[in-house]
Amino acid sequence: MNQLTEQTLVTVTLPESSPERSGDAANRADDDSVFSLRGVNVHYGSFHAVRDITMEIPRRQITALIGPSGCGKSTLLRCFNRMNDLITTAKVSGSVIYNGENLYDSYVDAVEVRRRIGMVFQKPNPFPKSIYDNIAFGPKVNGIKGNMDDLVEQALRDAALWDEVKDKLKQNAYGLSGGQQQRMCIARAIAVQPDVILMDEPCSALDPIASARIEDLMTELKAQYTIVIVTHNMQQAARVSDRTAFFTVEVDEARSSRTGILVEFDTAQRIFTNPSDSRTEAYITGRFG
Amino acid sequence: MAAAAPPANPASITTLAVERSLASRKRDWLGQVFQVVLLLSLILSLAIIVFLLSNVLGGAWRVWTDRGTDFLTEGGSRQAEAAGVWQGIRGTLTLVGFVVLLAFPIGIASAIYLEEYAPDNTLTKFINVNIRNLTGVPSVVYGLLGLAVFVRTFGLDRNDEGGLTGGKSVISAGLTLAVLVLPIVIITSAEAIRAVPRSIREAGYGVGASRWEVTRMLVLPSAAPGILTGTVLAISRAMGEAAPILLIGANTGFFSSGNQSFVEQLQGTFTALPAVIFGWARETSEFRDVTAAAIFVLLVITVLANGTAVWLRNRFEKQW
Amino acid sequence: MTQLTPMLPGPEPMSLRGSPRRRRKERSVHVVLLSAALISILISVGIVYSLVGNAIDFLQKIDLSQLWTTGYFPRRGLFDLKTLFIGSLLITGVALVVAGPIGLGAAIYLSEYASPRMRRICKPILEVLAGIPSVVIGFFALTWIAPNIVQRIFSQSGTFSLAAAGIGVGILIIPIIASVAEDAMRAVPLALREASYGLGARKITTSVRVVLPAAVSGIVAAFILGISRAIGETLVVALAAGGSGGSVFTTDITGPGQTVTAAIASLSFGSDQPAGDDAAFQSLYFLGIILFIFTLLLNLAGDVFVRRTRQHY
Repeated sequence: MNQLTEQTLVTVTLPESSPERSGDAANRADDDSVFSLRGVNVHYGSFHAVRDITMEIPRRQITALIGPSGCGKSTLLRCFNRMNDLITTAKVSGSVIYNGENLYDSYVDAVEVRRRIGMVFQKPNPFPKSIYDNIAFGPKVNGIKGNMDDLVEQALRDAALWDEVKDKLKQNAYGLSGGQQQRMCIARAIAVQPDVILMDEPCSALDPIASARIEDLMTELKAQYTIVIVTHNMQQAARVSDRTAFFTVEVDEARSSRTGILVEFDTAQRIFTNPSDSRTEAYITGRFG
Repeated sequence: MAAAAPPANPASITTLAVERSLASRKRDWLGQVFQVVLLLSLILSLAIIVFLLSNVLGGAWRVWTDRGTDFLTEGGSRQAEAAGVWQGIRGTLTLVGFVVLLAFPIGIASAIYLEEYAPDNTLTKFINVNIRNLTGVPSVVYGLLGLAVFVRTFGLDRNDEGGLTGGKSVISAGLTLAVLVLPIVIITSAEAIRAVPRSIREAGYGVGASRWEVTRMLVLPSAAPGILTGTVLAISRAMGEAAPILLIGANTGFFSSGNQSFVEQLQGTFTALPAVIFGWARETSEFRDVTAAAIFVLLVITVLANGTAVWLRNRFEKQW
Repeated sequence: MTQLTPMLPGPEPMSLRGSPRRRRKERSVHVVLLSAALISILISVGIVYSLVGNAIDFLQKIDLSQLWTTGYFPRRGLFDLKTLFIGSLLITGVALVVAGPIGLGAAIYLSEYASPRMRRICKPILEVLAGIPSVVIGFFALTWIAPNIVQRIFSQSGTFSLAAAGIGVGILIIPIIASVAEDAMRAVPLALREASYGLGARKITTSVRVVLPAAVSGIVAAFILGISRAIGETLVVALAAGGSGGSVFTTDITGPGQTVTAAIASLSFGSDQPAGDDAAFQSLYFLGIILFIFTLLLNLAGDVFVRRTRQHY
């Protein structure tokens, strides 16, 4: 048993190694990791979107998922809070262990999972309601106790938006600028007091200044939250992430299918300065992707 | 402008020639005739409406000047001069009540199921195909359904007397109309629900809302204007249908009298505006004007219903 | 085993179970919504069940030769189907002669020629035409079309005629043909038109030679759906085609006649309906199932063509 546990610890740093593990040990994550993925595959119908991903996501750090488009990084991110459940054809196999519990166990309630593991999307997607109601929606449906006004204020302060919107809380959220909308979406995610925040290319629809503010916000938030971010922007990944995972697409010419695989997962510094895989190097130096 | 100034050099002569050849349109007789014919067919279809309405208005005006509001408050009669539409109006409004109470909740719930809950399986596909086909079933067939099921199966007890629905009754007709418009309500509501962007749903799920919470608090409010439009369509369809309620046994006679209980009234005989119109249209030509007037009343009620819905929809939309 | 425990992060097990109350609520909502959706299937089952049962009863009561005689007089035991089929066919034919060119012409104009503003004004008016109850058109056909159009063209025609009813039905299906055909033509990509103009083609050539062929599936669908509606139309025919009580076999559109729908109507409307379980009454259901099958097939065919347009582009 001891041996097995050691092996688990080793794989934290060497994620490419064998995904097979005994079930018992598989359910024990390292204290420092929030998620352990074991042999995760995602299919959309007959399309194999992501193959055999095994990785550990460290607590209170920013983990970036990078790679060319179509490499399945967004698909994988949506396994972290069972967002893939909403696509009827999607099928996830393998296990996503979150604090020792497999998210895909039959007893697990996807709604509870998403309360704990919040998400910020590619395009800012406010509800067509007031700023206040946007933030208050999550706490309300989840029955979070406390003074709602205080809760809204705290969430907006944490998202560095309070000073800009405190006088127009009752106005429609669509009146905000794109960057403000995205920070409001982050505040909305924070308001339900999650443990993890998943961000799916949160800056892709924003201008550089707005993006920079979101990046600053992320670095502040990691003191409290574990953040997993998918990004197209390598500089962004290099700036904000502590650990970086590089994915690529494996094209099967014969079956004309494209499958996403994990190539390398390491500290951001290693990935961006001294990657061990030639494909990673080719990507970060801009030779493909 | 180039034509006004005499050309100074060969280059501008070329320009001039090109401009002229582009400006002088070759006469395209065929094309113009074609366009006029197309326009005529459009105008003709619009003219039919205008003509029809003016015809109806003419008759309605004569009745109004002769009898005033008396026409609205009188019941049916064998004499054209004494016949009124009050019972028809009352019947039509009662039947609309059934549609609102039955077809709307069931229809909207079905649409929610199909758009938000249904898994991608054979049953769902079957339900969808089935609903699409139901919209194409002629209304007279719905009348036969009502006749067989509501009038006879549920309407007659063991002694062949009034059962649960009372046979040829308000209840039977109301249920039949509700069944008839249900597919319309489902399809239009489903379209409205489908038009709500996915990102709104994702945002809701992303903060840990359940499916019903997302549906009730985010999707339905956004889809409400579209759903409302569909329900109004359904109401106007229900108000105009004559064939099914005639099959159920609407008569041009009269509604039950006032000293019966509410349930007894619902189990009693009935009439509705389209049935009144049908009955009068088959009478002698003395009934021409009152028929036109009854049609006018039906159209006015329909327009009022539509107008209310448009007004409600605009109010709804402002909130968002 | 035990010495490994300190290495666990230590959350309470199964903490992701969620609130049972919320899950229960979610499940009951699901059941309620599913039951609502199943009602539509119940309706179809109800239609088929009530029609088929009674239709079989009817067929057992009569001799099959009664379905092929000299006319349709249910009270005298004459249920000639060809009288009704030819009647329906004639009505549909007249309706298509009226609505086909007008509807298609209006569709081409709205799709290819009309300015956006004109379209904005005209489309709602066409929708108004679509919303006029058929009993109103029936009255119009009887009191205006018959004396002012049909009797002027065919002087031998009387108050009731298949032609007047057919024109009335045609008015009813103009909006259906126009809107489905217009949708199909608007779905033709602009690039195709631009390619045609780029070759120097005129507008008429582009419309007739490029847009119409590209939209042909949708136009076929428009006609099929129009035909389906025309076959199912009841009140216009019941009012304007005469033939209450019955009709001898006829192919003359200037005279009265009977259709499948009008036969159902004339048997069941009014105070002198045949009662209970006699053959005349049950023939209603037999005609109903014929009508149901016909329109179902037409609608399925229309659907196939509508979907084909969508797949193209």
